[in-house]
Amino acid sequence: MARAIPLQRRLFMTILAWAAGLLIFFPVLWTVLTSFKTELEAFSTPPKLFFFDWTLENYSIVQERSNYLRFASNSIILSVGSTLIALAFGIPAAWAMAFQPGKRTKDLLMWMLSTKMMPPVGALIPLYLGFRDMGLLDTRGGLIAVLFLINLPIVVWMLYTYFKEIPVDILEAARMDGASLWKELVFVLAPMAVPGIASTMLLNVILAWNEAFWTLNLSTSEAAPLTVFIASYSSPEGLFWAKLSAASTMAIAPILVLGWFAQRQLVRGLTFGAVK
Amino acid sequence: MATHHAIRLGRLATAPSVLVLFMWMIVPLAMTVWFSLLRYNLLDAENAYFAGLDNYIYFVTDPAFSDAIKNTLLLVGTVLAVSVIFGIALALLLDQAILGRSIVRLLIITPFFVMPTVSALVWKNMMMHPVSGVIAYLFKILGLAPIDWFADAPRSAIAIMVSWQWLPFATLIFLTSVQSLDEEQKEAAEMDGASPFAYFFYIVLPHLARPITVVILIETIFLLNVFAEIYVTGSGGMAGNMPYLVYFQGLLNFDVGGASAGGIIAVILANIVAVFLMRMIGKTLES
Repeated sequence: MARAIPLQRRLFMTILAWAAGLLIFFPVLWTVLTSFKTELEAFSTPPKLFFFDWTLENYSIVQERSNYLRFASNSIILSVGSTLIALAFGIPAAWAMAFQPGKRTKDLLMWMLSTKMMPPVGALIPLYLGFRDMGLLDTRGGLIAVLFLINLPIVVWMLYTYFKEIPVDILEAARMDGASLWKELVFVLAPMAVPGIASTMLLNVILAWNEAFWTLNLSTSEAAPLTVFIASYSSPEGLFWAKLSAASTMAIAPILVLGWFAQRQLVRGLTFGAVK
Repeated sequence: MATHHAIRLGRLATAPSVLVLFMWMIVPLAMTVWFSLLRYNLLDAENAYFAGLDNYIYFVTDPAFSDAIKNTLLLVGTVLAVSVIFGIALALLLDQAILGRSIVRLLIITPFFVMPTVSALVWKNMMMHPVSGVIAYLFKILGLAPIDWFADAPRSAIAIMVSWQWLPFATLIFLTSVQSLDEEQKEAAEMDGASPFAYFFYIVLPHLARPITVVILIETIFLLNVFAEIYVTGSGGMAGNMPYLVYFQGLLNFDVGGASAGGIIAVILANIVAVFLMRMIGKTLES
């Protein structure tokens, strides 16, 4: 039952929590605000929080100068593409492991998890040289393949934990009623599996979108996603903060919105079902 | 129940994933091992020859190597400590009866979704800039001398930035776990007059043992491989970790053999940590 909590204490905790939240959120808030300032105001001391002349010019300049849309479409193609392929591989695997577990299923899952422990630098040199020799450097196909492989273990694990929760009895009942395997899949399993598949997809698109080791090392312009686009802003020094902020805001905004939706799935997804 | 047919189908369904992951794990690694035994420079690729363990000896005796190991472990250790300690504190705070909890939750989780290259540039230029950065401004208000973070304290700067990215993840996990604490247990503790300290150490902390293990395991995997934050801020010279050193040696110095030796050392390092952690997580997950 709800206990009476003294108003004072409640007020104090609320203020403390909001202060902590705003402190952590501040760099993002500051970036978004700065993106609407002129370069001169972006540098002004004391910094201006809300009271400045709001302008949209940075956004148009960024798009003009560096072709934001090309990088953004690469980000979409790479993250969605690699996730879809991972689902195509992962759904049958997770389905089989969840519904027909063998003696070695647990070992197989642990082994898949262990491939995530392998540091990417262990594969960087041969992959870079191999990509160079096969003409895959700076191609979308090559990057999609890499992003697919690094996220496949997470996809299988996530799907496995979701599929595990589907009651087997229902499948058996369907089987008793004479449903074929195909019908069982389409009419019984699919509707119950869709929410799990959707959250798996969401989380993996986010992970692929933000992946910055392979994208920085294997792409430069043609196939480069937003991570590389932003990194290109690290070289010029001087008055460019407002533009950097506009570029950053455009790079993180889409995924931030997705992330806010996905945050409840984030915990179970990234902890491989260990914390729910 | 499980017919032969079903078992065959099950194998067929898992095979593609297992196969591609196996190839992904074994082929590049085997090639890295092979390269690490060669004297192989990209500028002089025709004259590559077998050099035994020379690359390893060169790499390990290079002073950059011990710095990279030190920086790697320091970064992992610092960020883990910040994540666990502040993560638990924040989770307990958010578990209180506060107004607008779901909004505060959103604010706190946000940094996790910011791509590493963005947070690198935002922190370097707008937060930690020695003249016009927000932190410099706050320091001036407090009457302190501003710090040129990336010139004078690049390791701390990277650690602060990476902590900012990973604290939200830890907080969210601890919060999920704290919220699953039995409400009746909480009330019973209160009725028995348990002090806040006793409550924390005897009820909350044991309950958090598993999520703490999970946070340490998962964050370590990612923290050993931090790269973009160091690369983009240009602090590889002083704060470079193992991934950065391998990148530097291979793709900037074109020393394929040396870089591969570094890559293998990084793999061994990660495996030592992994074995240790898998055992730990294995124990907590069993119970």
